[in-house]
Amino acid sequence: MSGRNIGEPILVVEDISLSFGGVRALQNVSFDVREHEIRAIIGPNGAGKSSMLNVVNGVYHPQVGTVTFKGETRHHVDPHHAASQGVARTFQNIALFRGMTVLDNIMTGRNLKMRTNFLQQALWVGAAKREEMAHRRKVEEVIDFLEIQHIRKTPVGRLPYGLQKRVELGRALAAEPELFLLDEPMAGMNTEEKQDMCRFILDVNDQFGTTIVLIEHDMGVVMDLSDRVVVLDYGRKIADGKPDEVRSDQAVIDAYLGVAH
Amino acid sequence: MLYREAGQFKATYVEDQQIFPIRQDRIAFAILLAVAFLVVPLVGNQYWLSAILTPFLVASLATIGLNILTGYAGQLSLGTAAFMAVGAFMAYNFELRMPWMPILGSFALAGLCAAAVGMVFGLPSLRIKGFYLAVATLACQFFVLWALQRIGWFTNYSTSGVITAQKIVILGYAVVTPASKYLLTLSVVAVMALLAKNLMRSQTGRAFMAVRDMDVAAEVIGIRMMRTKLLAFAISSFYCGVAGALYAFCYLGTVEPEAFNLDISFRILFMVIVGGVGSILGSFLGAGFITLLPIFLNLVSGWIRHTFGVELDHAMLSNLELIIFGGLIIFFLIVEPLGLARLWQIGKEKLRLWPFPH
Ligand SMILES: Nc1ncnc2c1ncn2[C@@H]1O[C@H](COP(=O)(O)OP(=O)(O)OP(=O)(O)O)[C@@H](O)[C@H]1O
Ligand SMILES: [Mg+2]
Repeated sequence: MSGRNIGEPILVVEDISLSFGGVRALQNVSFDVREHEIRAIIGPNGAGKSSMLNVVNGVYHPQVGTVTFKGETRHHVDPHHAASQGVARTFQNIALFRGMTVLDNIMTGRNLKMRTNFLQQALWVGAAKREEMAHRRKVEEVIDFLEIQHIRKTPVGRLPYGLQKRVELGRALAAEPELFLLDEPMAGMNTEEKQDMCRFILDVNDQFGTTIVLIEHDMGVVMDLSDRVVVLDYGRKIADGKPDEVRSDQAVIDAYLGVAH
Repeated sequence: MLYREAGQFKATYVEDQQIFPIRQDRIAFAILLAVAFLVVPLVGNQYWLSAILTPFLVASLATIGLNILTGYAGQLSLGTAAFMAVGAFMAYNFELRMPWMPILGSFALAGLCAAAVGMVFGLPSLRIKGFYLAVATLACQFFVLWALQRIGWFTNYSTSGVITAQKIVILGYAVVTPASKYLLTLSVVAVMALLAKNLMRSQTGRAFMAVRDMDVAAEVIGIRMMRTKLLAFAISSFYCGVAGALYAFCYLGTVEPEAFNLDISFRILFMVIVGGVGSILGSFLGAGFITLLPIFLNLVSGWIRHTFGVELDHAMLSNLELIIFGGLIIFFLIVEPLGLARLWQIGKEKLRLWPFPH
C-alpha cells in the first residue's frame, strides 16, 4: 500500500482454541499482526471473528493458546491490562454509554490516563481541574478529526446509527491506542458513511501509525484497506496472505459459496 | 431580562464546563442561595423550618446519595434507610464516647462508618445486578435494624432502644433553634451537593455511568469494575450516613432504629425516580415534590372545604396521596425516566427559543 514502515510483529496469537460448551468457536488459530499494519479478519457468519478479537483483549479466555502483545506472552489476558498496554476496540453491536453525551463518552476513553483521585475531583480545584481541561483539549482533537463537533453535547442514544459508530471509534481513539481492534466498523452503513469511515481508518493508521485489526464483510473495503488478510471458517484459519492472494484461494471461495454471500 | 445565551461565547473549556454555563442560571442560583441562607431563617416560622424545610434538605441529601449509586452507577439499592441508620447511631456514639469531637467531625466519621457498611453490602454487586442486587441490599436493611435493636452498645444500653441526640454546639454556639438547625443542615447539604456535582462531572462520575450503561465496554477501556462499584457504594452510603446523622440531630432529636425502616428506603427511591435518575438537581426536585405533596393536598382539601363545604377526611387524604404517588411513579418510569429534572430542562430549552416555536 502506501509508504508506511511495516515493522516486526507486534501481536502474535498462537494456537488459540476456544469453545463454549459444545460450540467450538476457534480451533488452533495462529497468526501475527505487524506494527503499523492493517490486518483484516474475514469469514462467513459465525466463523469466530469476533471471538478472536475478544480473546486478544481478554473478554474471552481461550482453553488453549497464547497471545503475545509487545513481547509479553499471556495465556489469560485481562481486559484492564490489555487496555493499559494500548489495546482499544470497537464492538460489532455498538457498545456506547447511551446515557452519556458524545463528549463524555470520548472523555471516558481517556480514563486510564487520568491520575487524580476522587477527593481531588470532588473539590474540583488545582490538579483535578487542570487534568480535566488537558484531557478535554485532547478529546476536542478527536472530535475535530472525526468531524463531529456539532453533536458533542448530544446524548449518544439520540444519534443515528452511523454517527454512533463514529463516536465509538472516537472513544477508542481517545485512548491513543497502539493496537486498534475494529469489529465490523462499517456494518449497516450507506456508501457515503462507509467512505468516511474508510478515510478515518486510513488516516488513523497513517497519521498515528496505529496498528489495526479489522473485521469486515464488505470485500471491496477489505481489498482497499488491508495489507494482509486472515480468513476464518468454522473456527479454523483457512487462508492467510495478501488480499489478492486470498481472494483467488480455492478454500476461501468454497467457504464463501457455502453460505449465501 | 430575557432567558438567552446569545452573545455568551465560551472562550475556554473551563467556561464551557461550568455547572451553570448560562449567565441567567448563575444569577438565579445565586439569588436562590441568598434567599435560602439569609431570608428564609428570618421569615420562616417554626413549623416551616423544622417540620418541612429541614426534613426536605435531609431527604435531598439522602436522595443524592441513592442517586449516586442507582442513578449514576446503575446499582439498585433498597438499603438507603439502613445506611442512614448507621450514620445516625454512629454519630450519637461518637458524640457520646468522644465528647471533645466537633459535631461535624462526628458526622463525617459516622458517614465513613456507613460507607464501610455500604461497601460490605455492595460486594454482591460484583456478581449480581438489578432485581437480585436489590434483594441483597434488602438484607442489609433488615440486618442493620436488627443489629441496632439487639446490640446494646449502639443505643448505649438504653432500655427502650431509643437514643436522644446530643445537643449540637459549634464553636461555643448552641444550635438549638429551628432556624439554626435549618442553617446547619442547609450548609452541610449545600456543600455536599456541590462536591457530588463536581465528582459526577469528573472521571469518577463518568466511570460510574460507564458501568451503568455498558459494563463490558467499560471494562475494555480500562475501568476497573470492582473498584468502581465499591466506590459507588462507599460514596453513596457516606452521603446517606451523613443524611441519617442530620435526620437524628437536626430533625428527630430522639431516634429509634425503627425510624429507619424500609418505608424510608422506598420513599428515597421514589424521590430519585420522580426527581430524575442521574441528576443532582433532580434529587432536590424529587425530595421537594414528595415532601410537599401531602402539604399541598392538605391545602387543596382546605380549599375544597371552604368553597364547597365538603369535608375530606384524613384517611381519604392519605389514600389519595398514595394513589397520586403510585400514578406519578408509573408515569415517570414509563414516560419520562429522567424525571422532573428532564422536564425542567425541556422547559428551559423552550424558554431559550421563545417566542419562536422551533
Ligand atoms: N458468549 C458466547 N457464548 C456462546 N457461544 C458463543 C459466544 N460468543 C460466540 N459464540 C459462538 O461462537 C461462534 C463464533 O461466533 P463469533 O461471534 O465469533 O462469529 P463471527 O465470525 O464474529 O460472526 P458474525 O460475522 O456473525 O459476527 C458462533 O457459533 C457463536 O454462536
Ligand atoms: Mg462477529
